[in-house]
Amino acid sequence: MSDMQDYASSLSDANSRKFETFSYLPSMDADQIRAQIEYIVSKGWNPSIEHTEPQNAGGSYWYMWKLPMFGETDVDAILSECEACKKAHPGNHVRLLGLDNFAQCAGASMVIFRGEAV
Amino acid sequence: MAKKYDAGVKEYRETYWMPEYTPLETDILACFKITPQEGVPREEVAAAVAAESSTGTWTTVWTDLLTDLDHYKGRAYAIEDVPGDDTCFYAFVAYPIDLFEEGSVVNVLTSLVGNVFGFKALRALRLEDIRFPVAYVMTCNGPPQGIQVERDIMNKYGRPMLGCTIKPKLGLSAKNYGRACYEGLRGGLDFTKDDENVNSQPFMRWKHRFDFVMEAIHKAEAETGERKGHYLNVTAPTSDEMMKRAEYAKEIGAPIIMHDYLTGGLSANTQLAQWCQDNGMLLHIHRAMHAVLDRNPHHGIHFRVLTKVLRLSGGDHLHSGTVVGKLEGDRDATLGWIDIMRDSFIKEDRSRGIFFDQDWGSMPGVIPVASGGIHVWHMPALVNIFGDDSVLQFGGGTLGHPWGNAAGAAANRVAVEACVEARNTGRELEKEGKDILTNAAKSSPELKAAMETWKEIKFEFDTVDKIDVAHK
Repeated sequence: MSDMQDYASSLSDANSRKFETFSYLPSMDADQIRAQIEYIVSKGWNPSIEHTEPQNAGGSYWYMWKLPMFGETDVDAILSECEACKKAHPGNHVRLLGLDNFAQCAGASMVIFRGEAV
Repeated sequence: MAKKYDAGVKEYRETYWMPEYTPLETDILACFKITPQEGVPREEVAAAVAAESSTGTWTTVWTDLLTDLDHYKGRAYAIEDVPGDDTCFYAFVAYPIDLFEEGSVVNVLTSLVGNVFGFKALRALRLEDIRFPVAYVMTCNGPPQGIQVERDIMNKYGRPMLGCTIKPKLGLSAKNYGRACYEGLRGGLDFTKDDENVNSQPFMRWKHRFDFVMEAIHKAEAETGERKGHYLNVTAPTSDEMMKRAEYAKEIGAPIIMHDYLTGGLSANTQLAQWCQDNGMLLHIHRAMHAVLDRNPHHGIHFRVLTKVLRLSGGDHLHSGTVVGKLEGDRDATLGWIDIMRDSFIKEDRSRGIFFDQDWGSMPGVIPVASGGIHVWHMPALVNIFGDDSVLQFGGGTLGHPWGNAAGAAANRVAVEACVEARNTGRELEKEGKDILTNAAKSSPELKAAMETWKEIKFEFDTVDKIDVAHK
């Protein structure tokens, strides 16, 4: 038994709260975020930024940061919008989506800046 | 001029062998693999199959002349060698769409795989593929929700979903069963699943199971902040009982229910799928009995046909095989029927066993479920083979973790996310899998322990049912 680890997760521990894709990995560094933006652009999807207070992350609708960046393929331009959203809402989760208008569904969705656990 | 009645037995090929026939866009087309009795000419057997699966019987009857049989008959229109096997050949048959009731795969199958499979002039018969014309497809209800709707309901994007079948499959009490679900869901699974033979036995009646499992879902959702589901199996002895269980699942807020479409039957399945669509429920489909029908290369019904039948009858998930796990499934053939589940148009491709173009019109797709003897080491290959629109289901590969279900679930969740993250950045998963998993395990002791536990397990047996390829 001594080798066995307890699975640390509880209602009272805010760090147990996850936020879907990539939330079981360590938070992404700048290069990793850039690589995921390149992926979204390479798929021809429309980048879109959303954010929310961490305690409200469970719903379908987060706050949109401006409008989706339709047709935007400049990775630096997308990255700087992500940064601007984070700066305006420093305590919030900021997620990046790749909207696939043919499937009418997000092809990618990931929190790139994590808010404070509450 | 009207025909005259001439009693007696005619050769089938006089009426049903029509090599000059060009199939209509609205015809239902079938490809049979026929192993004839010795000495019977190919054209005669092919014509017999066309006749016996449509309008014909063994002798001429006077009532044939009260209708226009030339309009209604099935037509054997082509014959081909089977590459690598001289004992059999392919016969292609076209059936006019008027032969079948609208929206009824039950009716289509009753004709195409009915009496004809016991016909004495055949040693064996296999239905390899059916082309359903889009005119017929549009009469069927199809999957209740489809892939995109499921993603929106469950809030899962840009990665395969993760499931786990609860074990032992039989004998747990409802409360203990709910515990097993809760542990898996809190560890990071999206779904847990009733095993197919869990219905409503004396050791665990369905209603207790449904109640305890919903409590597990609610707590895991509150704890993780993510949406969770459990495939509540509503397969039952009667369709009335099935509907009763489905209604209760909806009443307690379950997002998804489950049915066994072959043992439960296609009428029940179609009924349940329509109800799911009307009630906003997802429908997971299990395929018990399929290997009885589809595994023998010379006799039965190929799984790609059973796949098309399910998409028409209705289901949001269907078990597809894993390619890499403990159950049978040729890689190219599996890729073929995965496309048949998900895509809106699939081109003929003999290298993947697909005999016809198939146009699904606007019918939604079905999510393939990879389940059976898979564990974390298979994750890179699974993500590569199945892509994002799939459910990867680890039963023993979750519950068998040395620290329990939650740790097993977390290990699989970290592994799938690491593989997706790496794939998105252009890395080759099947080549670099070990490196990707080892790196991810640095921040996940659960994954590290899982990798050590299942290091040596492989299932490398040759496939029994392979794509037919030339051997000389």
